[in-house]
Amino acid sequence: MRVLLALLLLSAVADIANTPDLLSRGAVSASLRFAVPIVLAGLGGLWAERCGVINIGLEGMMIIGTWMGAWAGFQWSPWVGVLAAVAGGAVFGAFHALMTVSFGVDQAVSGIAINVAALGLGRFLSSIFFEGQVGGGISQSPHVGQIANVSVPGLAEVLDPIATLETPVISDIAEIVIGVTTGVSLLTILAAALVFLSWWVLFRTSFGLRLRACGENPAAADSLGVNPNRMRYAALTVSGALAGLGGAFLVTVASSIYREGQVAGRGFIGLATVIFGNWMPGRLTIGALLFGFTDALRTRQETTMTALLIVGAVVFAFLTVRAVRARNRGATFAYAIAAVGLGWWFLGFGVVPSEFVGFAPHLTTLLVLSLAHQRIRPPQGIGVPYRRSEAN
Amino acid sequence: MMETRIERVLLQLIAPVVAIFFAALLAAAILHFTGADAGSVLGEVVAFGTTPASLVAVVNKATTFYLAGIAGAIGFRMLLFNIGIDGQYRLAVFFAAVVGASVSLPPVLHVTLIIVVAMAVGAGWAALAGYIKVTRGVSEVISTIMLNAVATGIIAYLLAPGRLAERAAGSNNIRTTPIPSSGWFPGFEVAGKEVFGFTLVAAALGIGFWILLNRTRFGFELRASGLSLRAAAVSGVNSKRMIFVTMVMSGAMAGLVGIPQLLGSSHQYGLDFPAGFGFTGLAIAILGRNHPLGVAFGALLWAWLERSSQILDLLGVSREIVTIMQATIVLSVVVAYEVVRRVNVRRQQKLVGRSEHVGIESGATA
Repeated sequence: MRVLLALLLLSAVADIANTPDLLSRGAVSASLRFAVPIVLAGLGGLWAERCGVINIGLEGMMIIGTWMGAWAGFQWSPWVGVLAAVAGGAVFGAFHALMTVSFGVDQAVSGIAINVAALGLGRFLSSIFFEGQVGGGISQSPHVGQIANVSVPGLAEVLDPIATLETPVISDIAEIVIGVTTGVSLLTILAAALVFLSWWVLFRTSFGLRLRACGENPAAADSLGVNPNRMRYAALTVSGALAGLGGAFLVTVASSIYREGQVAGRGFIGLATVIFGNWMPGRLTIGALLFGFTDALRTRQETTMTALLIVGAVVFAFLTVRAVRARNRGATFAYAIAAVGLGWWFLGFGVVPSEFVGFAPHLTTLLVLSLAHQRIRPPQGIGVPYRRSEAN
Repeated sequence: MMETRIERVLLQLIAPVVAIFFAALLAAAILHFTGADAGSVLGEVVAFGTTPASLVAVVNKATTFYLAGIAGAIGFRMLLFNIGIDGQYRLAVFFAAVVGASVSLPPVLHVTLIIVVAMAVGAGWAALAGYIKVTRGVSEVISTIMLNAVATGIIAYLLAPGRLAERAAGSNNIRTTPIPSSGWFPGFEVAGKEVFGFTLVAAALGIGFWILLNRTRFGFELRASGLSLRAAAVSGVNSKRMIFVTMVMSGAMAGLVGIPQLLGSSHQYGLDFPAGFGFTGLAIAILGRNHPLGVAFGALLWAWLERSSQILDLLGVSREIVTIMQATIVLSVVVAYEVVRRVNVRRQQKLVGRSEHVGIESGATA
């Protein structure tokens, strides 16, 4: 229902603002491409936090993933690169566990150190392994092959006439279906499978139950015979591996090269999607898709971004009405200002400066987190180190 | 208990010494592995790092790092991770540069105005994160990371010819109008090189931070909340207010991070203004255990490593090895602190055990 409403809104906006690119197949497949690394980072964060450890080092683990992916990818094949990236991420995930679980280092401190180290490592290793290679240098790798794309055969041909009909909602749905089913990378499919697999393992197996128990109350889990320290090692290794895979995606699908600064904060955004998704894999994925969508629009037409002003204005208007009903005066005021402001911006200027578009995903995160934060429930043992002998 | 003060200080010092030694060892191992002669490289680095010119540069750079470290330490004392230091400082120094160039005031007033603007902007930007943490429960780790990105966008937008900046003649740099000399902070000369005058202000701020923490009611409440938010709340500390105020103070300090450079040498904000001190500040705060003296030590060490690493490129070694070394130092220092803590706990348990034993015996004979 909500999805349908959102679709209606976007479809209407695309017509009003005359930006057909908003829901074109190109935009859809680009959104998907941008969303996958964030989904993988988010899943990494989910695994770690469900077991009670915050993984700020996701960013660094993704960087390691990009580097390893490129290093193995350009020498052998992109798939070997993916494996190497996963292995590299897993090693750093296990290292985070070593620091936080065995040595009792503050979880954020260890994460920050991993991020700093990964930046330095990437550059340092590039100076050794990439400099002197064709196209390689201290800040980028030689050309890496790409992971193959697949399409559902025949579907695009069937839907194409519907999509070009330009019937408001139906054509848009056709465009979306075409975007999702044509030219999809195998890694994207793997990522989708991993979302499902993460949900299944974490919420439908006894292993997952134990893992989550260590995130809620490690002492209780310990008393029932689950070793929280061992669980946290396992969870963080998986977490790092997922982040590494996200890095590999950036190298072998989103581009075909390792470049310094390529990760560009996606690890952090992944962390935000965990909160956004209330520590559930499905909702986390929706959050990541939202980021992917804004990210994709940024790289396409600037006018398309303008259309989002209307979307924002409508959403805020809706929230205002809801706040009025709930008799929440403060919220009503804030939402009304936002709605009027965005509407006025659209009518008055009609453009969003490209510099502002750059932080649209971040601002969205911030707004969503501060507006939709009431029903959020983090794992209770999160961020608290657990020492077996000192439990009480 | 039977511990002397000297013993305690020594125990505190073991950790950083071990950490630095370990990091140096690791760096040497990496150098050896990549085929460089670790010994001669180290010799060259130390030789370059101890020239008078280097030392002055280290002090100047350390001033910047110190302010970032104190900004981090203020937050840490309240268990707040102000990852937004980077954004707060860049936004602050940018607006300080703009305001400083647009007014003409007598010297002392002019400098004061620039400093006040920087602190206000930094505090305001951090206050956003503090506000949504207190009212909506959004973790400051996430919100400050997002605010950093927003700050980057705002500066990128405003720092354009025709808006608040201009293209520098004869270069690709885009920068704000230079601040007139009444808005400069005079430095002093050491060995023919100029040390930022703001270094003294930074030192004074460090002392102020110590007094605030240890000699005021606010500092007491801050430390109490940092140790146990719940316990402090029970004894009547308004934890929400503390979180907000701490965040604002951390932001105000972060706003000053770019000021030594702005008032001491650049006198304008441009694309070439140094950035990315956020994590540096946190790392230095961790290294210095959030103590003003420790942070000073950490800042000097950091600055020295960065300065002396500049010679590495000439020696054919990537200078990124220093970044790896810095991360190693931070991690190993924390690990070392933890090991020292555990050893200490065990030692004290032993001491307590012994004295109880004595107590029982003496009780039996009485």
